[in-house]
Amino acid sequence: MRGVIDNDEVMHVARLARLALREDEIEPMARELSAVLDHIARIGELDLDDVAPTSHVVELTGALRADEPRPCLPREVALAQAPAVSEGGFQVPSPQR
Amino acid sequence: MLELSALAAADAIRDGVLSGSELFEAYRERAAADAAAGESGLNCFTWVAEQAPSGEPREGPLGGLPLAVKDLFCTEGVPSQAGSRILEGYLPPYTATAVRRLTDAGASVLAKTNQDEFAMGSSNENSGYGPVRNPWDRARVPGGSSGGSAAAVAGGLAPWALGTDTGGSIRQPAALCGIVGLKPTYGAVSRYGMIAFASSLDQAGPLTRNVADAALALAQMVGRDDRDATSLEYPHAVAQPSAERLDGLRLGVPEELTGEGIEAGVREAFAAALACAEALGASVESVRLPHAPHALSAYYVIAPAECSSNLARFDGVRYGMRAEADDLLEMYTRTRHDGFGAEVKRRIMLGTYALSSGYYDAYYGRAQRVRTKISEDFRAAFEQVDLILTPTAPTVAFALGEKTGDPLAMYLNDFCTVPMSLAGVPAISIPCGLSAGLPVGLQIVGPAFSENRLLDAAHALEGALAFDGSAARV
Repeated sequence: MRGVIDNDEVMHVARLARLALREDEIEPMARELSAVLDHIARIGELDLDDVAPTSHVVELTGALRADEPRPCLPREVALAQAPAVSEGGFQVPSPQR
Repeated sequence: MLELSALAAADAIRDGVLSGSELFEAYRERAAADAAAGESGLNCFTWVAEQAPSGEPREGPLGGLPLAVKDLFCTEGVPSQAGSRILEGYLPPYTATAVRRLTDAGASVLAKTNQDEFAMGSSNENSGYGPVRNPWDRARVPGGSSGGSAAAVAGGLAPWALGTDTGGSIRQPAALCGIVGLKPTYGAVSRYGMIAFASSLDQAGPLTRNVADAALALAQMVGRDDRDATSLEYPHAVAQPSAERLDGLRLGVPEELTGEGIEAGVREAFAAALACAEALGASVESVRLPHAPHALSAYYVIAPAECSSNLARFDGVRYGMRAEADDLLEMYTRTRHDGFGAEVKRRIMLGTYALSSGYYDAYYGRAQRVRTKISEDFRAAFEQVDLILTPTAPTVAFALGEKTGDPLAMYLNDFCTVPMSLAGVPAISIPCGLSAGLPVGLQIVGPAFSENRLLDAAHALEGALAFDGSAARV
């Protein structure tokens, strides 16, 4: 397991996370993430080969409700908090310049 | 009337000797004064009701009792910002189930409480709305992430409050502010309407002045909710605690969470609480939680991984702030850069990295296996003892700014509370004494759905410890 993340990897992960970083934010982010990842790397010392991963902490069966139509939010309520609205939908900038 | 516990106030309202609306107004004035004081107050509220609810007195067992609610619970028509600037002014179109159940039982929402942004933090210094101050010493943190709820209750600005706990966010601030905080069994309370941080860990619970009030709130909150597929029917009624003795109860003390890393003053108060439990008739013995020291590492993979997914929804499209941009991708990335605070960005980055191609098995996969081992540790320990006791936090409240420069040092505050979150088991923090004039929390942990036993033991210990929190009242 790697413990250190460099500036290039920070930029790659920021792109995956849709997060802009200023030039002066990249190096501190790399340093802080590396310190945390170093600590986390300790779980690499454990022998976990025959251990099943946890998917849910309590026994749960029949969690699905009946699939019946219910009223949903009225359109104007769903749009009420949007930064920009157009023709009954959420307005966003063009995907391309 | 401000000295009454929630339970005593509810009784007085029902008996007709106290008016629910007068009680609400008395708290509302105090809360509004703190909100108006800004930096010179506790800064524990992000919104305070402008007036007492009008009309008929509220029906139900809580008969008009005012309730402070952590900012991240959606409350219809009331700002619900999760402590983040990216949600500044957001007015949800619906109310969280946990809040709805309490208001259906007669509680009235008094205020929304300040918190670490999206519940990520252990000091409340990560709020987009400024840090909360500890009413015991205003130069110190109240703990987090439910720091506003804890400070409001400890300071006597609200009779009780709702919080959420992902890795200790109810228990740790309760400990640092000298009040009671209960994290229920995962699934006991619906998460519907809680602005999500880490969905497999998040759980709502009460912060209260005493154990009986925690039981009163929990009794109204539990139960299956169609809108949260991870919620469960609580298997029995939540009872009011009544125990005054602990005869025959077997208590376990895990060496992994009570030795190294716990400061001396906290260890002393903890030892005194153990002696108190023995005097009440309990037996105290050593138990092992061999994987507990790895819980923090597993937690700081799993929680950021889930947060990186949950917080993808904040993109400037449907609600919240939007940064001006020429194209869609730039709008996403700039909105998230400008709207999220430093700690939230750090965790999104950490989680995205841990889930990214090539690292998933080494981080997330391993962390989920560690989680299994931690659950097995608790199951084995609970075959030996009825309940487990630890300090809630390794230190008392620390100074504002003391740990903000070192994320890892901040994360270590969660050392004693994270294992229970990973295992999904219930835990309560009660104040057990002072160290250098600051409160120390005692954490009591039980198996899943053992809240009644947990509350009874906490009640007996509370009576014997006789902690006095009046010095924190504003």
